[in-house]
Amino acid sequence: MRNRLIQAVEASHQKSSKTQFVIGDTVEVGVRIVEGDKERVQPFIGVVIGQRGAGTSATFTVRRIVNNEGVERTFPSHSPRVAHIEVIRHGKVRRSKLYFLRDRVGKARKLAERREITGEATPEKPPAGHKPRAAELASV
Amino acid sequence: MIAAVLGKKVGMTRLFDPKGASVSVTLVEAGPCTVLAVRSKDVHRYDGVQLGFDEVKASRSKLPAIGHARKANTTPKRFIREIRLTEPTDVKQGDIVTVEQFETRGIGYVDVIGMTRGFGFQGVMKRHHFGGQPGSHGTERKHRSPGGIGAMAGDRGRGRSIKKGKKMAGHMGADRRTARNQRLIQIDKDKNLLAIEGAIPGPRGGYVVIRESKTKKSKAKA
Repeated sequence: MRNRLIQAVEASHQKSSKTQFVIGDTVEVGVRIVEGDKERVQPFIGVVIGQRGAGTSATFTVRRIVNNEGVERTFPSHSPRVAHIEVIRHGKVRRSKLYFLRDRVGKARKLAERREITGEATPEKPPAGHKPRAAELASV
Repeated sequence: MIAAVLGKKVGMTRLFDPKGASVSVTLVEAGPCTVLAVRSKDVHRYDGVQLGFDEVKASRSKLPAIGHARKANTTPKRFIREIRLTEPTDVKQGDIVTVEQFETRGIGYVDVIGMTRGFGFQGVMKRHHFGGQPGSHGTERKHRSPGGIGAMAGDRGRGRSIKKGKKMAGHMGADRRTARNQRLIQIDKDKNLLAIEGAIPGPRGGYVVIRESKTKKSKAKA
């Protein structure tokens, strides 16, 4: 449980609307870059391999391959320098940290695509009226 | 007014500055403090104010503490400290001191005085960051010991005693420490909160004195 006073102060430094993404998604992160007095947004496209922290301290890590070299960038989730986050593709994963991708080479880096849309009924949740298999067998 | 307030450390977090850089800050619940007494040069030979912070139930207080607080028309306080002033003040007994003064006076840097965490009796590796002795090669039962303490080094090589101030094992922490020139990031008048850049002495919930920085002059905030 985080301190309520800390939460109150953090509230004004947090983004009100956050793009929903989950671990394994391929995302485009718009990074604000200031060059002299000019500002532009540079996209960084890659797979979200981890999230950590809470409140303003929350960060997420995006991994991509540049010139055959793995590049990972960790962004504070609420940083004003993150202009936008766009989900390009959902990856099918069963872990919260995808560090195993660091050891994968070539085609093995690709994650299988998850077809259903985020936010809708998750497959783990049984539908209404569903009876557990054990109870079914006991009644026979 | 007096540029000081008493507070309680809440914890640390990070905030973002206008440029988007992340700043690590310590939050302090500071004030409102009651002026329990005023010290003046004529009577006490120095100028200052005695501030009190954080309520204590009257039923849990000693009668002298209740009586002392009553003179300032208030309830007993848990944390009481005197703030020295260079010149007489117009603050009266019973006045309330809040974080608002930091804003109205445009204070950008503060000193934070607190008691560091107590670690008890600690060895030299933890207390003075000694390297310890080798883990193997014949070392027996003294892997964390300080090693030689220079028996002949004291008294210009004539032996007899160890040099004064030699770093050894002993009590660590629970000292009064001042974190100087900490930048004030945010002031919340409604919640009596100060966000101070960097770390400050003591554990969460520890009491601290926050005063205007003595050495670093504050630039007027826009």
